[in-house]
Amino acid sequence: MEKLTVSPSPHIRDGITTSKVMTHVLIALCPALIMSAVVFGGRALMLTGVCMLTAIIWEKLCNIVMKRSDTTRDISAAVTGMLLAFNLPVTMPYWQAAIGTFVAIVIVKQLFGGLGQNFANPAIVGRIVLMLAFTGNMTNWVVPFYDPDKIVTGATPLVNKTASYIDLFLGRTGGCLGEVSAAALIIGGLYLCIMKIISLDTPLAFIGTVFIFSYLCGEDGIYQILAGGVMLGAFFMATDYVTTPITRTGKIIFGVGCGIITCVIRFWGSYPEGVSFSILLMNILTPYIDMATRTKPIGAVVKKKEAKADEG
Amino acid sequence: MKLNSIFLPHKKGTENSETVALPLPAKVKISMSQHMGAFCEPLVKKGDRVLVGQKIGDSQAFMSCPVHSSVSGTVTAVTDLLLPGGKVCKEVEIDTDGLQEVSPEVKPPVIIDKASLCEAVKQSGCCGMGGAGFPTHIKLNYNEAKCKVDTLVINAAECEPYITSDYREMIENWEDVMTGILLVKSVLGLDRVVIGIEDNKPAAIKILREKTAGEDGVEVKVLRSCYPQGAEKVIAYNTTGRVIMEGQLPSDQGLIVMNVTTVGFIGQYSKTGMPLITKRLTVDGDIVATPCNVSAPIGVTLSEILKFADCNLEAAHKILLGGPMMGMCVYDTEMPLSKTNNAVLAFKAEIDRKKIEDKCRQTNCIKCGRCISACPLNLMPTELEKAYDRRDKEALNKLKVGLCMNCGSCSYVCPAKRNLAEKNQLAKAFARS
Repeated sequence: MEKLTVSPSPHIRDGITTSKVMTHVLIALCPALIMSAVVFGGRALMLTGVCMLTAIIWEKLCNIVMKRSDTTRDISAAVTGMLLAFNLPVTMPYWQAAIGTFVAIVIVKQLFGGLGQNFANPAIVGRIVLMLAFTGNMTNWVVPFYDPDKIVTGATPLVNKTASYIDLFLGRTGGCLGEVSAAALIIGGLYLCIMKIISLDTPLAFIGTVFIFSYLCGEDGIYQILAGGVMLGAFFMATDYVTTPITRTGKIIFGVGCGIITCVIRFWGSYPEGVSFSILLMNILTPYIDMATRTKPIGAVVKKKEAKADEG
Repeated sequence: MKLNSIFLPHKKGTENSETVALPLPAKVKISMSQHMGAFCEPLVKKGDRVLVGQKIGDSQAFMSCPVHSSVSGTVTAVTDLLLPGGKVCKEVEIDTDGLQEVSPEVKPPVIIDKASLCEAVKQSGCCGMGGAGFPTHIKLNYNEAKCKVDTLVINAAECEPYITSDYREMIENWEDVMTGILLVKSVLGLDRVVIGIEDNKPAAIKILREKTAGEDGVEVKVLRSCYPQGAEKVIAYNTTGRVIMEGQLPSDQGLIVMNVTTVGFIGQYSKTGMPLITKRLTVDGDIVATPCNVSAPIGVTLSEILKFADCNLEAAHKILLGGPMMGMCVYDTEMPLSKTNNAVLAFKAEIDRKKIEDKCRQTNCIKCGRCISACPLNLMPTELEKAYDRRDKEALNKLKVGLCMNCGSCSYVCPAKRNLAEKNQLAKAFARS
């Protein structure tokens, strides 16, 4: 017998790990990836691959430069890369996509301290930076099932509002890689829910708010939730653990906030799409939502002095 | 409102193994600290002859209970013992003579009222056998002017994996359990007794239901098998709906919460007068060839118990006293058995170094919130960890770190493999300082 190990309890741990959580997210994104390959062809897969690969490379380089231990094995960089790719049009040049992943991984994530420390969703900021830097390429929406030799572009369904519900649901429309098919995203979202990776609180609050708010504003609610990035944002971006509230109440507040801001931007803003801005704005509010929605410990006695301090 | 809980693999492989008595060891080492509170002072010295059930350690402190000899024999030494928690207490080493001659001190107690019950329980050396070892006579001796105690909660949840010693108590020793329950109920004049038991113990539920059928005010409450169902505050809430507030004892809410083995012992003691000198415990773990329940004299070394269950000690990596969630690691298998031990578990080291590293790989907190939805008391372990890391006493107190009962659920569910429960204990000590 060697020396016995002495360590604090508990001595058993659940099998779930950070990398398993991230792997589940990658799996959940696969239906949407397949749909984008069907609609936009092989370049969709190539673009996603480039984004994931460059994201991992940036993360690795950061680890080397910042003398941190290797964090690429937690798979979070691959998820960020894939999510950013889902926010790009299929014609996006590869080098510009690589700039997007640079912004996401290096600036938004690693400079703030790496996994878990960033306050904004890396893929969302990556998308917004690309949107501002390469507006032309970022709004170059090709029509579905296009011929690579003669690319025809058109407006997104959010601008011309001509697509049918079924086209929007299945994905026979133009748009970013990942946001074309609501059905594929819902399948992925439900998978995450069944695997207990996410709860449905945020997505339901987000989608529900967009639906109701659209009707209140005289818009077509069903069209508004199916078109554009609402499904992608609600299931995969607004449920990012790191940048969203931690308690159930907080998650619902976050979802409702995202829904309202999305609609406000869509209906009255100068951009046709508001999902990414709404999530970014709510990311910024997250620490305050967290502070306001702390759980109440069972059996806690709040002393009068503390209660006063809370009110003040 | 339902309290948060988690689901663990039960691993109750020993539930059908009837308790076997450990052969009398050649030597026992009896610790003077087997309960919560002040250590006992040895009453015997080297060369003294002691008998079974003789009091060999006692203390004048309020929070303490006496220690008795589990064997008859000769005291060979009174030395120091390093406890797993790091403190040092006295221990009495006794060479057994094999006669097991019973001390004349041992006679059935006369219990007529609360005072005599408390005195008898005190003299029996009884302390909470669920693990914490709170001296039982203090629990029973609540201030009647201050709190109106009306309910006795019997904790038969046994929510930790592996452990089946309480289960065997209910199956094999239900008569004493019932005697104990009825004794405490009648002497203290309680209205109600609730036996809280998890639904993974159908045989014990059946027996208790049968035996309590004719008793007025005694009910068996079947609870969901989840962790930490057996924590005092949790079982008190799940059986009676009462919340034991911060800084309160169960009696402040009109409750006495007692482990089923403790009450079984009180029943037995009231008949025989034999103090607490043997303990039933589960021996299990992946290097124990014959997992079983043994009844062992207090003070026998753990190595002897483990060898009895054909444990391959050469391969041992971790040996636990208690369950895998809250049990304590043993640094040496020559540690003596104490009153509060209900299990000894032995595990081997995983051979594949890389596999362990992968499994235990710690990452930054990803704010998934699993720890918050696992905490039975609604604490926020991730926030507590951050507050402790920045040594923020005010935030720790505001987040009520003092309520943490170290059940370990937060650490268990954490995908980032952060040692949240460990941090909570450090934070608790820091917040008090």
